[in-house]
Amino acid sequence: MNYTVLNLMTFLPLIGALLLLFIPKENHGPLRAVALGVSLVTFLVSVPLVTGFVSNAEYQFVKDVPWIAVGPFEMHYHVGIDGISLWLVMLTTFIMPIAILSTWSAVEKMVKEYMICLLLLEVGMLGTFISLDLFLFYIFWEIMLIPMYLIIGVWGGKERIYATVKFFIYTMLGSVLMLIALITLYFKAGAGDFSIDRFFNLNLDPFTQTWMFLCFAFAFAVKVPMFPLHTWLPDAHTEAPTAGSVILAAVLLKMGTYGFVRFAMPLFPDATARFTPLIATLAVIGIIYAALVAMVQEDVKRLVAYSSVAHLGFVMLGIFALNREGVAGGMLQMLNHGVSTGALFLIVGFIYERRHTRLISDFGGLSRRMPIFATIFMIVTLSSIGLPGTNGFVGEFLILLGSFESSLRWYAIIATAGVILSAVYMLWMFQRVMFGEVTNPRNLTIKDLNVREIVVMAPLVALIFIMGVFPTPFIARMTPAIDRMITLSKAKQHISVQHTAYSLRAEAHRAKDWGQKRVKGEE
Amino acid sequence: MFDNVWLIPLFPLIGFLLNGLCGKAIKDERAIGGIGCLAVFASFVVSVITLLNILSLPAGERVHNVTLFTWIKAGAFQADVAFLIDPLSCVMLMVVTGVGFLIHLYSIGYMHGEEGFYRFFAYLNLFTFAMLLLVMGNNLLLMFVGWEGVGLCSYLLIGYYFRKKSACDAGKKAFVMNRVGDFGFLLGIFTLYWYLGQSHGIWTIQFTELARHAELLPVGGIVTLITLCFFLGATGKSAQIPLYTWLPDAMEGPTPVSALIHAATMVTAGVYMIARMNFLFIKAPETMLVVALVGGATALFAATIGTAQNDIKRVLAYSTVSQLGYMFLAMGVGAFSAGIFHLMTHAFFKACLFLGSGAVIHSMHHALHHVHSDDDPQDMRNMGGLKEHMPMTYWTFLVATIAIAGIPPFAGFFSKDEILWQAFTNPLHGGLNRVLWGFGAAAALLTAFYMFRLLFMTFHGDARITSKAREHLHESPKVIVYPLIVLAFLSAIGGWIGMPRVFGAANLFEGFLEPVFSFSGEYMKGVHGVESHSPLLEWGLMGASIGIAAIGIAIAFTMYVRDTTLPARFTAAFPLLYRAVYNKWYVDELYDFLIVNPCKAFSRFLWKGFDVVVVDGLVNAAATLVMGASRLLKNIQTGYLHNYALSMAIGVVLVVACYIFR
Repeated sequence: MNYTVLNLMTFLPLIGALLLLFIPKENHGPLRAVALGVSLVTFLVSVPLVTGFVSNAEYQFVKDVPWIAVGPFEMHYHVGIDGISLWLVMLTTFIMPIAILSTWSAVEKMVKEYMICLLLLEVGMLGTFISLDLFLFYIFWEIMLIPMYLIIGVWGGKERIYATVKFFIYTMLGSVLMLIALITLYFKAGAGDFSIDRFFNLNLDPFTQTWMFLCFAFAFAVKVPMFPLHTWLPDAHTEAPTAGSVILAAVLLKMGTYGFVRFAMPLFPDATARFTPLIATLAVIGIIYAALVAMVQEDVKRLVAYSSVAHLGFVMLGIFALNREGVAGGMLQMLNHGVSTGALFLIVGFIYERRHTRLISDFGGLSRRMPIFATIFMIVTLSSIGLPGTNGFVGEFLILLGSFESSLRWYAIIATAGVILSAVYMLWMFQRVMFGEVTNPRNLTIKDLNVREIVVMAPLVALIFIMGVFPTPFIARMTPAIDRMITLSKAKQHISVQHTAYSLRAEAHRAKDWGQKRVKGEE
Repeated sequence: MFDNVWLIPLFPLIGFLLNGLCGKAIKDERAIGGIGCLAVFASFVVSVITLLNILSLPAGERVHNVTLFTWIKAGAFQADVAFLIDPLSCVMLMVVTGVGFLIHLYSIGYMHGEEGFYRFFAYLNLFTFAMLLLVMGNNLLLMFVGWEGVGLCSYLLIGYYFRKKSACDAGKKAFVMNRVGDFGFLLGIFTLYWYLGQSHGIWTIQFTELARHAELLPVGGIVTLITLCFFLGATGKSAQIPLYTWLPDAMEGPTPVSALIHAATMVTAGVYMIARMNFLFIKAPETMLVVALVGGATALFAATIGTAQNDIKRVLAYSTVSQLGYMFLAMGVGAFSAGIFHLMTHAFFKACLFLGSGAVIHSMHHALHHVHSDDDPQDMRNMGGLKEHMPMTYWTFLVATIAIAGIPPFAGFFSKDEILWQAFTNPLHGGLNRVLWGFGAAAALLTAFYMFRLLFMTFHGDARITSKAREHLHESPKVIVYPLIVLAFLSAIGGWIGMPRVFGAANLFEGFLEPVFSFSGEYMKGVHGVESHSPLLEWGLMGASIGIAAIGIAIAFTMYVRDTTLPARFTAAFPLLYRAVYNKWYVDELYDFLIVNPCKAFSRFLWKGFDVVVVDGLVNAAATLVMGASRLLKNIQTGYLHNYALSMAIGVVLVVACYIFR
């Protein structure tokens, strides 16, 4: 299969970053243009991944070459995509040019370094999604952290140092635990490479699974972020520059949920079953809790950050439902969240650039001054609320339906109540910022979006409707890979011995689910 | 034959896109209004053709599904963008596009010169599109799309004057309360889909499929739960107890919006939904009782509030809540086609009343504006004697008022009487039937009273504005008056297609809808036996309901025409009662106290208390701990060589000791 596309796409931003080194740092224009050009070309290069994708469960565009061999360790450069990673890769290449274009006038200091950081970040993110070798995955996972750390720490707001340290402590703690579990996993599998398929077929005893799952889950849960590990997110978002927030929300958070789908769940099926109630509880608490806290925020950006926590709670609930509806909904919601929350952060960036404040009380009555902005903001808000016709609805609905069908019925019911709250906090914020009379005289001269800003928003707005009305092409490409993931995450469960009454109950639920699937299969 | 029904929702969508995207550039009001009206009129024409096509088929072949494309497919779940054309959706199509078109036309005159004229028509078209999806959708999810879509348009149009805080608040309140209902709707979908799937292997949300498998559903139990969930959704959208408080506030929107969305179409969606799923509700006797009781109670409760309001639109708003209560009462007693019948006649007379009140407000506003008065143009205490100045408005208003009061042979009489009759004689609720009928009859008394109170206060007696302002009162332009005439005409004769049985004529309306409700009808007959029909009782009840209406009118006449000091004396005699009614029984305050404020306080606690103190506290404590530990360890790093040598020596000794004493 044609793997050059995948490799070219992944390392184009790196070449771009090297190219930037040769441009004098005073030439802001060319620096921005090259960065934008490179990210655009990267996106164009990635398009054949969708067009050439065959809807089956196989990894595609695969490249597997030995890379480092030390003693018994064999690290491979093993990359490829399937239905699970395809759209996340596309989301990354799609969002990058938008993020870079959005920084055109926002960042004036150290433009060269900033652009280099952004491009390196793209390499890290793409690498993480396409790695089929656990070790390679870990390397990209860590690479990704450094540019993000710099982006917040150097180009951030007033409290940026506190925010970066918090971000780093949380994430590194997770990474260390994951590394330990990863190495143990390798030793359990015996000599060979780090290819994930090799680990999927291990029959680990429940105890090992439990603690390894916990290590992986901790690393991923921090990234998601799941309640109660979420407090780094509002700080990081508030302090990060706009492009940083956009990328953080659109792609980086998905690393956590992707990690669960790709690694934690299929690698440790018994532990997954065992911890499903816990994870679902935390997810549902996150949905309600974050929505309530978002409601009383005074800073627009913090509000959006908390809304992210709630949305990602939905994603977690969906994937742990472990049925086709739930996982498909969860995967779709990852993309939706990337599009609509990314767009929300851009919107916050627009008004911040104009007024240098993000306090809701500093605004009010912007609608009349900025009609184009108001329309776009409204559409994005509705998408975030999950109004039918927009992308947000399809994902949320499938998640709730899927979890309702699974053993997580009660969790689904509570999560459905979260749908009410999202309308409350988003519409209330929208009203306070956009409606009413202009109370602050400084807002009288505020300007509507310029052409560049409209160009930034247009593709996102288009996607909101496309994914809302025609989600089928997206779901159809995911389905085979999702089926495979579900089978892997459930397959070995009947082998291991279950002792506690609790596990027996979980087993019964699973058996019922399995029965349902069979019935559905026959339909 | 029905391949082109997708044109019906398409036209308003095109209208929305044209006006929404280019309206600002078009500028010309006639062009913008023309696009808006034409879009709905085109839908109306296609709807009429569809209705004729349905009528040309024999009764048994009047249900058609038209699929456009698959919308969502994941696992066993599939939702199509597909339309259901049957007698019920035809009735709704006629109401939505027909009455909708008249209101669009009226809006050209009413909204003349308003800022954002194009925005108004764009929203109005979008609303029509969403409403058409709601009534035409052939599955629960597409219905839900329309359901949420109309909610959105309602939000946008209530908050049309977005610089007014009260308007924005009202819009938000409407949206959020509707979302509470949507929570129920979604749970209903989930439970129904899951139950039929896992116990019978039928994974579907399509109405005709569900109806086909209606026998599989048990009586009560899970079906009660499912239907209660759906009913919660209906109470939100159709403003029933406990979720009705948004509708009176929604009067902040322009008057055509109140007429179209908050009287004729959107708020009836809950009634339509129950009628659409009658096969489900009929199998849940407990839910049917809840629906009937909530409907009856709302009808009465809202009517009491309506008697004491002074804002002309608020009176009509409470009247709408009350009339919707009647429709739910009908649903709850299994009189599905009577409920839909009342939905239709109500659309005629209530749209006429709202549009008429809009004409009055317009004229009052104009007059008060001329004399630079700050008086409220919507307050009936400032009106009076408008009959002379606005004769056409008065006569059409009078017809609609008689219709809603339930005087034969006007439309409201036939539909309301049918509901009261069925509430009294239905086989479902046994002894409670008298109570249900009592609710309806008492509400009918109050309806006649408050509607004639409104009529007298507004149009009769002496004008209460200054004579200088009075000179500026005027009849409305033709584009406003013509829709009033058409609606008044429909309010007068619209009831004749549903004659009571004792009149001897065939009830055409019931006959037309019969295929939709046949399952429920058969089921009721099967369980409760064929009801015995007593013409004497029917005549008696009919006489009673006319008498009740007459008494209500007489009281209003006495209080507001004969002796106008009576209302003041009455309020002085019962100050507490009056204050409670005037303040809408303090329900809004109660909700704020019980739900809104605690919720805000709790959220603030979660943020400031839990997030900042507990979670961040732990993180910061961990950081402090590490710092403290390193500060301690720092002391070891003295930089003196002999200290290091000493620790090395101790280390070596310890290691050796370990080996020796192991």
